[in-house]
Amino acid sequence: MADVLTFTDRGIYCPAGDFYIDPWKPVDRALITHGHSDHARNGMGHYLATIGTAPVMRHRLGEITLETIAYGQERQIGDARVSFHPAGHVPGSAQIRVAVKGQVWVVSGDYKTVADGLSEPFEPVTCHAFITECTFGLPIFKWTPEDILTQQINDWWAANAAAGRTSILGAYALGKAQRLLTTVNPDIGPILTHGAIENTNAVLRGQGVSLPDTTLVTREITHKTHPGALVLATPSALGTTWARRFGPSSTAFASGWMALRGVRRRRAADRGFIVSDHADWEGLNTAIKATGATKIFATHGYTSAFQKWLTSQGYDAHIVSTDYQGEGFDQADEAEA
Amino acid sequence: MKDFATLFTRIDESTKTTVKTAALADYFQTATPEDRLWTIALFAGRRPKRTITATRLRAWAAEVAGLPDWLFEESYSIVGDLAETIALVLPPATESQDQTLAHWIGYIKTLSTLEDDDRKAGILTAWNSLPNTERFLFTKLLTGGFRIGVSAKLITRALAKATGQDEPQLTHKLMGNWTPDTTTWEALIEADDPTADLSRPYPFYLAYGLDGFDDLGPPTDWNAERKWDGIRGQLIIRGGEHHLWSRGEDLMTDRFPEFAQLRDYLPDGTVIDGEVLAFANETPLSFNALQKRIGRKTVPKKLLTEAPVILMAYDLLEHQGHDIRETPLKDRRDILQTLITYVPKTAPLRLSVSVPFQTWDDLSTARDQSREFNAEGLMLKRRDSPYLAGRKRGDWWKWKIDPLTIDAVMIYAQAGHGRRANLFTDYTFAVRHGNDLVPFTKAYSGLTDKEFREITAWVRKNTLQRFGPVRQVPPEHVFEIAFEGIQESPRHKSGVALRFPRMLRWRRDKPVDEANTLDDLKELLATYG
Repeated sequence: MADVLTFTDRGIYCPAGDFYIDPWKPVDRALITHGHSDHARNGMGHYLATIGTAPVMRHRLGEITLETIAYGQERQIGDARVSFHPAGHVPGSAQIRVAVKGQVWVVSGDYKTVADGLSEPFEPVTCHAFITECTFGLPIFKWTPEDILTQQINDWWAANAAAGRTSILGAYALGKAQRLLTTVNPDIGPILTHGAIENTNAVLRGQGVSLPDTTLVTREITHKTHPGALVLATPSALGTTWARRFGPSSTAFASGWMALRGVRRRRAADRGFIVSDHADWEGLNTAIKATGATKIFATHGYTSAFQKWLTSQGYDAHIVSTDYQGEGFDQADEAEA
Repeated sequence: MKDFATLFTRIDESTKTTVKTAALADYFQTATPEDRLWTIALFAGRRPKRTITATRLRAWAAEVAGLPDWLFEESYSIVGDLAETIALVLPPATESQDQTLAHWIGYIKTLSTLEDDDRKAGILTAWNSLPNTERFLFTKLLTGGFRIGVSAKLITRALAKATGQDEPQLTHKLMGNWTPDTTTWEALIEADDPTADLSRPYPFYLAYGLDGFDDLGPPTDWNAERKWDGIRGQLIIRGGEHHLWSRGEDLMTDRFPEFAQLRDYLPDGTVIDGEVLAFANETPLSFNALQKRIGRKTVPKKLLTEAPVILMAYDLLEHQGHDIRETPLKDRRDILQTLITYVPKTAPLRLSVSVPFQTWDDLSTARDQSREFNAEGLMLKRRDSPYLAGRKRGDWWKWKIDPLTIDAVMIYAQAGHGRRANLFTDYTFAVRHGNDLVPFTKAYSGLTDKEFREITAWVRKNTLQRFGPVRQVPPEHVFEIAFEGIQESPRHKSGVALRFPRMLRWRRDKPVDEANTLDDLKELLATYG
């Protein structure tokens, strides 16, 4: 039996429907799981994405031919039947289900299994083959429960505010930043945002996502105009002259990598909050099990270890080479702007 | 151990010295005296004896976490720290107890007397009753050093703040051969007894690299010496005993038994700062010869004759039982010279003679000859300077020779661990040989974070093959590799081994076919090996 999807140097390809999923080189027809720059790229002839992903794609990719689809809605493309299902990664993010002649394959894109209070929660989709990320595919990664995390961030912010320090929190512009916004307690003080984050906020507010009030950091805004503020910035903005205007401050990063003391120390931030929009070890294993799939492809992350682990658990597991980056803590994220 | 965990977290979270000092000072005022002493010992690298092997700990942790051994190892290679890996993979603790740091250290000692099964049960109980940070710290006590970015200087500053004593006085009190088992907080810190420990060394004075002659004043103010390529050491002769300390505060007395005879020739109450060198026929041997002696706790006779060592004396710190560090260098050297004239040539002690010079140009010429003497360069010391403690600017400068270099091609990359867990930072390099590439060294330092990120992104996209954690990449990038020495090595495919190789720069301008060849490398070996 022919494979429903194949792995090419342009991206994940479906021969039956003649389309690509999250391609990294220009193709005619691209199905997009979510709006992060390593999944939704420029130069495709025709895009298909969820209603929730479309605004941010238009914002970032400009003039594109983009069709939208609702979660769960089925569509026939050539000999393939496709549908999009919540991936819980960022608002609008989807897993893409592709069925050809009774064979069902699912591309996860990026996903997480815990509900973040913002993204549509992850839904397991039964399939024969599951193409999964494994950015954090090692048992050392266990995320802090949401309630404790919220407590940690609020405590940190409140302590800084009381000591006259600005709290500067580094987080990705799309997804992580908004997720943090919805969990922090806005009564502690004003919330300021870096331009890249505020742009994304505007896009999400425009599509009906409810976020607390935020103020874009402009030239005249400093710790004097906004004492005790929480500043949400992209990770690359921390430690720059931009960040210096806030006077005495405490810096923190919010990332899954913060689980590792070494990484935390390399970034030289005062605090690290262990939070990710990717699944942790437990999440990956639970998600894979829930699909009922026997064939698994690992696309990006700790692929070799994860493939070996899955094989030892009885799966027919493979590694595929892609251009996806997961939560690379060191790549500059200007693409998120 | 909650207060110790809080201290650790406060120090670990901050990059600011003031915050770290304040955290330590708070702790020194509130913790039990026993815990304070243990904390100083641990942070200064005096860990308790290892009672359970790392192999056992890994196996038990993997078992409790329900992981196959290889997956535990894979995780460990990413985290880079065994205790942290264990703390991360274990399931959450279901019990809880708060005991002092000293209690847990005693607990570990008690375990060492038990049978294997009971030890295991003891460790598992502890793991299951400690929350994350405390569990990590407990495991750290089992596995080794606490390198957490607290320098000896910082500890001293915090102690000074907490006790009201002088920093130099405290620095000296903290040196020497003590452990929390052989002394108390009262005896070590509070008591005022300068003769408490006969083996106690003085803090080493360390030099910065020379950054120009402009601020030095006239050359006549300066004494120049060879910067010998051995192990910096401090020889102490007091109370009829001798002790040899390394700069890292390791007691090396037993490793170099030949120094015992110096007790017969040097008066009691003598402390000499010098360099331990492999030495034969009045000539220093290369560092490779000394290498055989390093890391050996005891020395077989054969090695004593193959790689004899001497102390090349730089300075005299104590004379007739008096601390003379405040006496000007030129006077200290005069006394040192006189002392050494009474020592026969058969004994392993020489004066590191001054290098004569009139002008800085003379000195530059002398520096160029360093390799002929198996020296690393020159030292410049102000003739009227005191012997200071620690790394200080102004009176002492080191002027090292430029490293040897070779342009090599990167052929494998491996992710780093610890701080560099998600970056490809460890590379294998090759030189050209006909149409082949012959690997000859690894290097993992010298590039900027930005360059490491760029190469990491490139490696991810250009992996040809994986061998476990190692990725083969296309031979496209040329790097200038700097190193301090080269020697023949039958163990390596290329036939050479380098000393302290690192990346000097990324030669983006050089195509692979302009990288150096195996013949070039062999030529370096013939010249400098």
